[in-house]
Amino acid sequence: MVLDPVPLQLFAEYFPNGISRYAIGGLFVGLGASIIYLGTGISAGASTFLESTLSYVSGRSRFQQYVSSRDWRLVFTVSIIAGAAIYSLTFGDNFQYSTDVQVWRLFVGGILVGVGTRVGKGCTSGHGVCGVGSASRTSLIGVATFLLVAIGTAQLVAAMGVSP
Amino acid sequence: MAGSDRHPLFLPLIAVGGLVFGFGLGYSHMARPEVVLDFLQFEDLGLPFVMFGGALVTGVVYFLAPKLLKRPALTNRSFERRLKPFDNQVLVGGAIFGVGWGLSGICPGAAYASLGVGNVPILWALAGMFLGAFAQGVWRSRNDASDAAPTGAD
Repeated sequence: MVLDPVPLQLFAEYFPNGISRYAIGGLFVGLGASIIYLGTGISAGASTFLESTLSYVSGRSRFQQYVSSRDWRLVFTVSIIAGAAIYSLTFGDNFQYSTDVQVWRLFVGGILVGVGTRVGKGCTSGHGVCGVGSASRTSLIGVATFLLVAIGTAQLVAAMGVSP
Repeated sequence: MAGSDRHPLFLPLIAVGGLVFGFGLGYSHMARPEVVLDFLQFEDLGLPFVMFGGALVTGVVYFLAPKLLKRPALTNRSFERRLKPFDNQVLVGGAIFGVGWGLSGICPGAAYASLGVGNVPILWALAGMFLGAFAQGVWRSRNDASDAAPTGAD
């Protein structure tokens, strides 16, 4: 119509899958965190599950401090898996998805994510959704840090020809 | 200990919240490492709508809840914002997390959800995360061997 096609094309180039998939998914993520917050006052982050679950197998005080929260964190995590499974069965592709990203990238990346999220006090849900939602300066700085470093890392890895 | 004085609906409510949260991660395709890597390589800029869309919802709820309600329905907590003290660890940890996220396309919540959409190879990332969190915990407790006082949970 009267819209200049050039910016529209630019827009489409950078959003090949549109934005509704991402925005609607994000609203559900925020809604899930909000349900827990309204009912319990807890800011639910996904990464503390790693340490709290380790308290079942390790007696170290570092993990034992999460004993009182480890059961609900386990329920939260199992429910996240189940919620994604419900998506897969309804709007998704029936468990047909499997990543092509190489195993060493998943494993080494996983180790760094496991270390980094514990050192840095949060992850994409704790800092990114609950922390940013709280307008927390710490979380905003945390998100900016991991976002910029992740972009640099992914660009570097791609430039070195590693794919997928 | 904590279980006895809990409201009977505490765990069911956590489960409902987790289901909605996980459904959102599946729906957004953030549970797919390729989608995250496409964003980080500027090939599909839609991904920030997931995190910031989520933060928009929690932002409204975190702002309104303390004004409209006295306290959460199921606990004795008060409605507090998620505020963590800032120190260099936030930058160091954020950077390590960033390298891992940029390398693998996977973060904790999305990794759990990925399992739910049938992605078996994600178990490698989950194994790595537990290993990393364990190594960090062992290293940390060795350094803090002197003070036994636990810091606040979550």
